[in-house]
Amino acid sequence: MGTLRALSVDEQVAFLFVTVFGVLLLSSFGWVLLSLRDMADASARRHERFGRDLRAVWVGAVLFWLAWMSGAIGAALLFGIVAFLALREFITLMHTRRADHRGLLLAFFVVLPLQFVFAGGRWFDLFTVFIPVYVFLAIPVVSALAGDPGRFLERNAKIQWGIMVCVYGLSHAPALLLLEFPGYEGRGAFLLFFLVVVAASAQLAQEGASRRLRARPAARQIDRSFSAQAWALGVAVAALVGAALYWATPFKPLQAFVLALLTAAAGTLGALVMRALKRDAGVLAWGGASALTGAVGLLDRVAPLAFAAPIFFHLTRWYFRV
Amino acid sequence: MTRADAFGYLLAFVARLITGAQGHWKGSRPKAEQRIYFANHQSHFDWVLIWAALPHELRATTRPIAARDYWTASPFKHWITREVFHAVYVNRQRTDDQDPLEPLAEALRHGDSLVIFPEGTRSHKEEPQPFKSGLYHLAMQFPQVQLIPAWIHNVQRVMPKGEVVPVPILCTVTFGAPLMRIDGEDKRDFLERARAAVLAQRPQPA
Repeated sequence: MGTLRALSVDEQVAFLFVTVFGVLLLSSFGWVLLSLRDMADASARRHERFGRDLRAVWVGAVLFWLAWMSGAIGAALLFGIVAFLALREFITLMHTRRADHRGLLLAFFVVLPLQFVFAGGRWFDLFTVFIPVYVFLAIPVVSALAGDPGRFLERNAKIQWGIMVCVYGLSHAPALLLLEFPGYEGRGAFLLFFLVVVAASAQLAQEGASRRLRARPAARQIDRSFSAQAWALGVAVAALVGAALYWATPFKPLQAFVLALLTAAAGTLGALVMRALKRDAGVLAWGGASALTGAVGLLDRVAPLAFAAPIFFHLTRWYFRV
Repeated sequence: MTRADAFGYLLAFVARLITGAQGHWKGSRPKAEQRIYFANHQSHFDWVLIWAALPHELRATTRPIAARDYWTASPFKHWITREVFHAVYVNRQRTDDQDPLEPLAEALRHGDSLVIFPEGTRSHKEEPQPFKSGLYHLAMQFPQVQLIPAWIHNVQRVMPKGEVVPVPILCTVTFGAPLMRIDGEDKRDFLERARAAVLAQRPQPA
């Protein structure tokens, strides 16, 4: 891995993308080969689900690459669109009332673009407090002016929550791409890559572990497969994966390990929170064929990232003082 | 591509960006057959939503109904209804010597499909109001035209009454199986059955 560290920045970034797309190509190739075989019903369903997930990863990888290629403005714009679609899905599943209209307009057409402008412009001090501090006041003010006191707290909490998850959380993806480390210029892609790989491997390892372990669920009403053991295992695997990726980041192996540990914990717990929210909204998955409203399931895919990214971003900036 | 086509593409894109405008075809397929689509009516956005949910090649021959006095009042309104939507204009004031359904019958004779909102006006209740009789007369006069019930879901949240800017919320249009004509059925029963067919397309909470 030391040899990898010695490469120039461009070579490393090229290596990163070649690896990512190479792995994806191989998986897709394997998937197509497998679909030629006859399969029993259960495994055919699993095969189809894997195909859907694979497509989602492809979309994500292409997005990642495009965002990297197109620089600050392109990255902010692309992730801004993703945040827009995610927020649209979130708000669809919440029961908003007529008096929320202005507040929602503010969220979609003012807060969201501004947050991504701050990310693209690298105004990170404003970027981190804009939504938790300023928008936190602005939304209920607009809502109060609409003059409907019914369920006031609940309605505003929903909107603020949606903004925190879909806009604030996701806006940290372009922010990571654009974060400048001294002595690490032009390698922001690795930070985002590190985050995504760590969050994804924690999720995968946790799911695999819960299938094998059959441990007692920690919160049966919310998620039957989430147990303390499976969670710890998932986080541990992700931390090791993170440590193995240290060469691509500005971190030392131990730092990478700790950061990956915290990020993975945040991501998997975030996914649990999202599942609780889904139960509350009365849906089993945000999207899919059974969706009431035609949501495409984007929220499911971005939820762990939306919770892990702000924490990863803050820890990185705080510890390394950038 | 003409300016009207370009504007149509832009409008359909915006409608999809804001609402998703997903068409769920349960019981009928999007085909180039002559049809009367009839749906619940909750917002000014309804027509655009059905129009955007249709496949592009059906849009040019599927026409809305527009009130002549309102939609020809300014050059832009006139242009958009005439050139982009190919609307059928009707007079709201009833004159003695003219059948108010005549422009619709004319369009159907011409081979076009229509979208009508048989409630006659926008409603803000959960369930649609009783249907007006126009649908019945057209159905009897043109027995070969398919009658497709449709339910537009969620659109009242996109643009509540009195607001001008739409909020992005996903909407769906569910198209059901063609409504059969029953010999000897009287007007009231037919309209009640048509209303039930629209209501039956409403997505049920899982």
